[in-house]
Amino acid sequence: MMASSYNAKDEDGAVTVSLRSKKPENTAFKQQRLPAWQPILTAGTVLPAFFIIGLLFIPIGIGLFVTSNNIKELEIDYTGADVSSPCFNCSQNFSWNSTRPCTCTIPFYLEQPYESNVYVYYGLSNFYQNHRRYVKSRDDSQLNGNMKSLKEPSKECEPYAYHDNKPIAPCGAIANSMFNDTLELFYNDPNGTKIQIPLNTTGIAWWTDKHVKFGNPGVDNPNLTAVFQGTTKPVNWRRPVYELDSDQDNNGFINEDFIVWMRTAALPTFRKLYRIIGKKSGLVPTLPRGNYTLEVVYNYPVRSFEGRKRMILSTVSWMGGKNPFLGIAYVTVGSVCFFLGVVLLVIHHKCGNRNNGGDISN
Amino acid sequence: MERLHWVRHRCRQLLAGGSGRGWYSAPDGPPGKTSLDTHSSPRRASGKQRTVFARHGPPQQGFEVVSESYEGNAICTTKYSLLTFIPMNLFQQFHRAANLYFLFLVLLNWVPVVEAFQKEITMIPLLVVLTVIAIKDALEDYRRYLFDRKINSKVVQVFCGEQKAYVDQCWKDVRVGDFVRLSCNDIIPADMLLLYSSDPRGVCYIDTANLDGETNLKQRQVVSDLPLQGEEFTAESFHCRVECEKPNNDLGRFRGYMEHPGGVRVGLHNGNLLLRSCTIRNTETVVGMVVYAGHETKAMMNNSGPRYKRSQLEKRLNTDVLWCVLLLIIMCLTAAVGHGLWLKNLKDPVFQVDTDTSPALAGFYVFWTMIIVLQVLIPISLYVSIEIVKLGQIYFIHHDLALYNEQLDCRIQCRALNITEDLGQIQYLFSDKTGTLTENKMVFRRCSIYGVEYPHEENARRLEVYEAEKMEAAGRSVTLKSGCSGRSLSGRSLSCKHSSVSLHTLTGEEEDEEDQPSNHIQHRTSAFCSRVTKEVVPDPELVRKLNWFCSPRLALSDGSSGTPSSLELTYIMDFFLALAICNSVVVSSPSQPRHVVPETRTPLKSLEEIKLVFQRLGFSPLSALSSLSPPQIKGSPRSFTSRLFARGKTDTFTFSTATNSTTDGSEPGQESNQETSNLRREVHSSSRVESGGDAEQMEDRETDDYIEGTRTNPEGARQEVEDLTGDVDCERATDDELLYEAESPDEAALVHAAHAYRCTLRGRSAESLLVDLPGIGSLAVQLLHILPFDSNRKKMSVVVRHPLTGQVVVYTKGADSVIMDLTETPKGSEQAREIYSRIREQTQNHLDGYAREGLRTLCIAKKVLEEEEYEVWLKGQLLAESSIEDREELLLEAAQRLETNLTLLGTTGIVDRLQEEVPDTIEALQRAGIKVWILTGDKKETAINIAYACKLLCPNDQLLTASCGSKDACAALLEELKLEVQRGVDGLTGVTAAGDPGESSSGGVGGFVLVLDGRTLDWALQEEPRSDFLELSRRCKAVICCRSTPLQKSKVVRLIRDQLGVMTLAVGDGANDVSMIQVADVGVGICGQEGMQAVMSSDFAVSRFKHLRKLLLVHGHWCYSRLANMILYFIYKNVMYVNLLFWYQFFCGFSGSVMTNAWVLILFNLIFTSVPPLIYGVLDRDTAAHTLMELPELYREVQTSEVYAPYMFWITVLDAFYQSLICFFVPYFAFRGSSVSELSFGSPINASALLIVLLHQVIESHTLTWIHGLVLVLSGGSYFGFVLLFSLFCVTCSPPTNPVGVETLEMSQPLFYIVCALTTVTALLPRLLFRALYNTLHPSAVLEPARMDKVDSEKYRRKMQRWNLSRSRDNRLRLCADNPGLEPSTASVVS
Repeated sequence: MMASSYNAKDEDGAVTVSLRSKKPENTAFKQQRLPAWQPILTAGTVLPAFFIIGLLFIPIGIGLFVTSNNIKELEIDYTGADVSSPCFNCSQNFSWNSTRPCTCTIPFYLEQPYESNVYVYYGLSNFYQNHRRYVKSRDDSQLNGNMKSLKEPSKECEPYAYHDNKPIAPCGAIANSMFNDTLELFYNDPNGTKIQIPLNTTGIAWWTDKHVKFGNPGVDNPNLTAVFQGTTKPVNWRRPVYELDSDQDNNGFINEDFIVWMRTAALPTFRKLYRIIGKKSGLVPTLPRGNYTLEVVYNYPVRSFEGRKRMILSTVSWMGGKNPFLGIAYVTVGSVCFFLGVVLLVIHHKCGNRNNGGDISN
Repeated sequence: MERLHWVRHRCRQLLAGGSGRGWYSAPDGPPGKTSLDTHSSPRRASGKQRTVFARHGPPQQGFEVVSESYEGNAICTTKYSLLTFIPMNLFQQFHRAANLYFLFLVLLNWVPVVEAFQKEITMIPLLVVLTVIAIKDALEDYRRYLFDRKINSKVVQVFCGEQKAYVDQCWKDVRVGDFVRLSCNDIIPADMLLLYSSDPRGVCYIDTANLDGETNLKQRQVVSDLPLQGEEFTAESFHCRVECEKPNNDLGRFRGYMEHPGGVRVGLHNGNLLLRSCTIRNTETVVGMVVYAGHETKAMMNNSGPRYKRSQLEKRLNTDVLWCVLLLIIMCLTAAVGHGLWLKNLKDPVFQVDTDTSPALAGFYVFWTMIIVLQVLIPISLYVSIEIVKLGQIYFIHHDLALYNEQLDCRIQCRALNITEDLGQIQYLFSDKTGTLTENKMVFRRCSIYGVEYPHEENARRLEVYEAEKMEAAGRSVTLKSGCSGRSLSGRSLSCKHSSVSLHTLTGEEEDEEDQPSNHIQHRTSAFCSRVTKEVVPDPELVRKLNWFCSPRLALSDGSSGTPSSLELTYIMDFFLALAICNSVVVSSPSQPRHVVPETRTPLKSLEEIKLVFQRLGFSPLSALSSLSPPQIKGSPRSFTSRLFARGKTDTFTFSTATNSTTDGSEPGQESNQETSNLRREVHSSSRVESGGDAEQMEDRETDDYIEGTRTNPEGARQEVEDLTGDVDCERATDDELLYEAESPDEAALVHAAHAYRCTLRGRSAESLLVDLPGIGSLAVQLLHILPFDSNRKKMSVVVRHPLTGQVVVYTKGADSVIMDLTETPKGSEQAREIYSRIREQTQNHLDGYAREGLRTLCIAKKVLEEEEYEVWLKGQLLAESSIEDREELLLEAAQRLETNLTLLGTTGIVDRLQEEVPDTIEALQRAGIKVWILTGDKKETAINIAYACKLLCPNDQLLTASCGSKDACAALLEELKLEVQRGVDGLTGVTAAGDPGESSSGGVGGFVLVLDGRTLDWALQEEPRSDFLELSRRCKAVICCRSTPLQKSKVVRLIRDQLGVMTLAVGDGANDVSMIQVADVGVGICGQEGMQAVMSSDFAVSRFKHLRKLLLVHGHWCYSRLANMILYFIYKNVMYVNLLFWYQFFCGFSGSVMTNAWVLILFNLIFTSVPPLIYGVLDRDTAAHTLMELPELYREVQTSEVYAPYMFWITVLDAFYQSLICFFVPYFAFRGSSVSELSFGSPINASALLIVLLHQVIESHTLTWIHGLVLVLSGGSYFGFVLLFSLFCVTCSPPTNPVGVETLEMSQPLFYIVCALTTVTALLPRLLFRALYNTLHPSAVLEPARMDKVDSEKYRRKMQRWNLSRSRDNRLRLCADNPGLEPSTASVVS
């Protein structure tokens, strides 16, 4: 209430004490005369922009389309939903804690040789890794190697924080539902031998994830078993986290399969990088044309929620995986712009003339 | 968000009520003592009243207890203390809906099942808002605290009971019952009862500039009948008990009584009360007893906050916000249902966290989660932004050079901070006339006395010269004006300053003490004395007649043709006496404090002098009587003197000195004259000794000169006239020192006019007035009563004892309509009656003539009271004055009893010139589609004349006059006029349709102008005729309401505002406009000559009427379109961004997931995109200022809210939907099926959303300056900077949406840019195309001229003409079309 008077005093008092004139300053800013660009958008002024956009977008689109088309990609659905499917049996009787692994073998034929690095993905469909509760169900600080969080997982992990009164490591629903199928690829040599293709298990996770975000507790203690003492494995896991890999640098929380899984997918149909088939030296294609066999150790249940499991082989380009959409979209938008440009040109010629000429002639 | 205001202006609740000239009324004469037992008993007093005893005195039983309960004088205006700041401030802030909404969201987020983000993050908006406002509050409060401390520790002299002396005490230690001694120029620390003044007459003057900005002094009076009156006041001997009202905020009212130990009671009134924060002036010492202290003082209780009005646009906005709420609910419901269904179809999924929740319950949870997630959809921050934008707009309005008045050094004052955009939507403008359209520099122009007109040709010429001079030298007006006007110039600027400082500037004033004393006098003297007002050139004829009056040779010139009758002489004398004394003007001269002037002369009433004067007066006409033949005198046996001054009475009255005068007067010749002058000289010299003032000396010498002159120049009246005028001139030169301060400029003008005829008001005290009369010299007139001006009575009166006759005379001055009704043909001889009716008739003719000329007319009348009659009236008056309960009504009644049976003396015509550029402004406003109404208290003819002068009325306009005596007649007349207008309009439409558009442009074919008088207006405002009146006035081009009271003015404004549902603006300058200003949507005060009340109650205060043009046409237009565009943009921005999150719900099982880091999500609106809309709202200019000024028609664009029409809201929302669809689905298809993670998916979406939002503004902006550029770049930069830094350093800080590495990785990939580019271009394409096509195919009214700016001038002009034509044709058609908007209101009125 009283504030008013105070401010009044300050404002006016300052002016009167110095007996300065109250005349406002005649500056461009205060008189609102700042030089300004007045973008009056008319057909005439806008149509160059349309043409430029059109001319830029069409080539970009074509480039993208070509790039995308050059990417080779193969998808194999091994869910086993059909009776004819090799994995049907495995998918039928499933339990998380069955001791006997179920294996199924799927043959496939590669029509084109895959050059350079080939990326092996597993794909899941109808799997909502982006569900709000699911996404939250993790403890980043535990995964970062915090000892305290290891023993006392965050509340967010509930109901996967404790099991048998022991803290779960890694806790939470994401870790608990980790993809645990094993995929192996064999090349069926034309001469009958079955050569297992070496799959790199490292290099599949983001560098920042592996080196910054994730970390094993007790960095100076190489003995993970001791470090994880007092914790228990996630309910659905068969092995504790420190037995994910024999390699010390790919074990525990910094296991790359684990890291990849932990980066939750944006959409319900997604793929995740599983392995990389390294490029061979020389001109030999990484994967030559021919018959291959995919051997799956079928552990992961998806049929209950009508999910699908796929194995994807793909090469990559600078723009990522195979996706014709961007190319088409660019070409379309570019063409539309170009077309609109032409339309605007016509309008500009008709109306512009009418506006200028008509008025003056009157 | 009122707290966000920069509350720069205090706004004081203005005293409502009938007192036309402000809250102060001149002292009501000495209030007598009466027993007040009937009015109040002590018992009741304890409940409704407060009892005050002197604190130092002998302990009174019970007072200790009572006085403890009264507040001390310490003021504490701070809201918080150190301890209570946080809880109190929070409590205050949570009173606002917006904060409650935020709080609700925060709390909602604490419920685990619906938690959407981390708990901390939802708090951010709330915390930011709370902190910002808390810091602002704290700073404000701290300044307030410092200020309070300063005020509280001011020192004042308080009587101390132990030391028996006045000791210095801090203000804060002053308590109720204390005796406080103040000196000149001290500020009054509390509301005090004036008990002693060093002035022998027991008055003191106060300056209320701190309170209400009025700079004229007000008189206050010592409580009457104090036993200690007269001698030095001793506080110890004061044992009275004071009973008064409970503290209230009515500045104009104070009631109570003082009980002396003996049980005698004396009534107390407002004139006894010294108000806190006023300043003592011209009085050496004052002692008062504190009755109200601290926060209970009237000044503090009147200290209300700034005006808070809700603008039209905001009301519209609220409906749109409601739509947003609906949208939000729909979206949340969709999500809830979707989630339920989705969950129902799922069986045992791996990713299900809690499997035991039923789908319905989960859907319910999701509903609330979604409310948190989509919270931004409700643009709460928009309200904050609007406040900020308005501050920016106010800043620019305030700094506009065009709204600055060089002469007054006065900028526009924006007192209401949140209705800037309403300026752009005004449809009806109600203007006061005087002081608003005109200068309110009243100049006496001509007069008519005794039915004889004195045209004052010289005077007219002088005015013209002055005007020409002024026009010519507008640039160097300061140098042109000299002397008094120069002084008044600085004075007025000072008063302007005072107007805006408040009660709390006390310390501020102290700081500029050094320039205070010099300015002090100047600003006091400023009121209404410009050169043009003061210099009145007398009419030679009138001067000649006056000379007859004082000439010793009157007797010798009988028989000459030009001799006035003695009756006429008395008329003239009475007339000028009335002009000089019937007012509340305060006289002062810089060399002398004003109250000293009359004081020396008060005991003038020596019998001898009177006798002498009477001799002189009586002598000549008496001798003239015999030979001259004024018919009414013939045969009448009365002595001349008695006839002279007791005219209009029955023959019964004879004055005691009458015989004296006749006997003395029977001896004619030089001798008596000699005697007179000698005696006068004697008197003068004695007075000189007493006063020792320069002015006296000068005047004295001058009088002598004058007498000399008259004596040595005995022949030829003509010669004498010249001589006198010369004398007057010379006198004027010296008399400039005499300064008049009047409450209204009319009064000042009249006093100056009287002065020009040597009938000079020399001084004033509570009991008497000192007047110089031509040929008589100084006379003390005993002042019995002043009945101050009152807008209901429309007149003021003084009751005096006539200095010459000793009779009790009432002089009344007022509006002609009132006075004419009250005058009555005196009883008496047939001839006298005849003469009288002739005078009346003539005067009426002159009145009409004056009014036609546009002059303000005032009638002067008098009435002689019998002693008994006076006694009777006095009793009633005193009763009224001392009554506590309904004093006002009783006073009014008493006044009405007195002001009857008046004798008309004459009338004055005062000219009030139009302000500069008023006709242009009115024309521009009318072209802008604003209907201008004039509501004035003036006569019809005057009003019409002014309307012509200011081009409101064009020669070919049809004038409809409504003036009727009864309600039925009025209703019928309105009906008839309505039909007539209907026909007229139909005819017009026919013409227009016939294809003759050239003539129908503005001004070609006249419109209708309705003129109503006050009484008709009263009828018209009643239920039944109201609809007719509305319909009629709606069809009229302009309406002029004359003779309207303040109440009527406000009623008219309210009627139009409510019934037609239009935006109204009222502009006025005086207290009589206050109610109208307050009622209108936008109130504009003109800081002019009549105090500050209009300004105080206004939203905007300008100094000239012409400023309205730029204020409305440019600033109003800009403010509206800026704000409307900003709001639309803001809504667009929110809807667009929130929808991105909504679309994602379709791909996450409606679970309330977001693909963005929560921080980015919250900060997107709070930081990254918050400044550009503000800049847009403050700086955008859709049309150049000069175009708007030149093409007022452009105003219609915003007036009809085309920018912010409902369909614009929906277009905006649809566009936002489209853009969000593009912005979401382009990345969706680009990343579908890939290994993209949640945050990586959100990254390009966010980035492109930001780009789209910013570029959208570029498209929408009408102007882009470097500031826009800078802000846009900074906004974009801040986003990218933030997310990059965040993704580098936030390792575990923001679970679960942990951004580490995401943005760095994304932005290193070309795909990110490819997606962003495609998204941005596609999203903006339709808007760009739409704008381009729209501007090309339908060049809107606003855009067209903006483009024309660039066309060369010749083309421009031709185009403009054409465009004007087409516009006006459109408008006419539109105008003629039936307005469906009126139908319901009409119906409701009828029913």
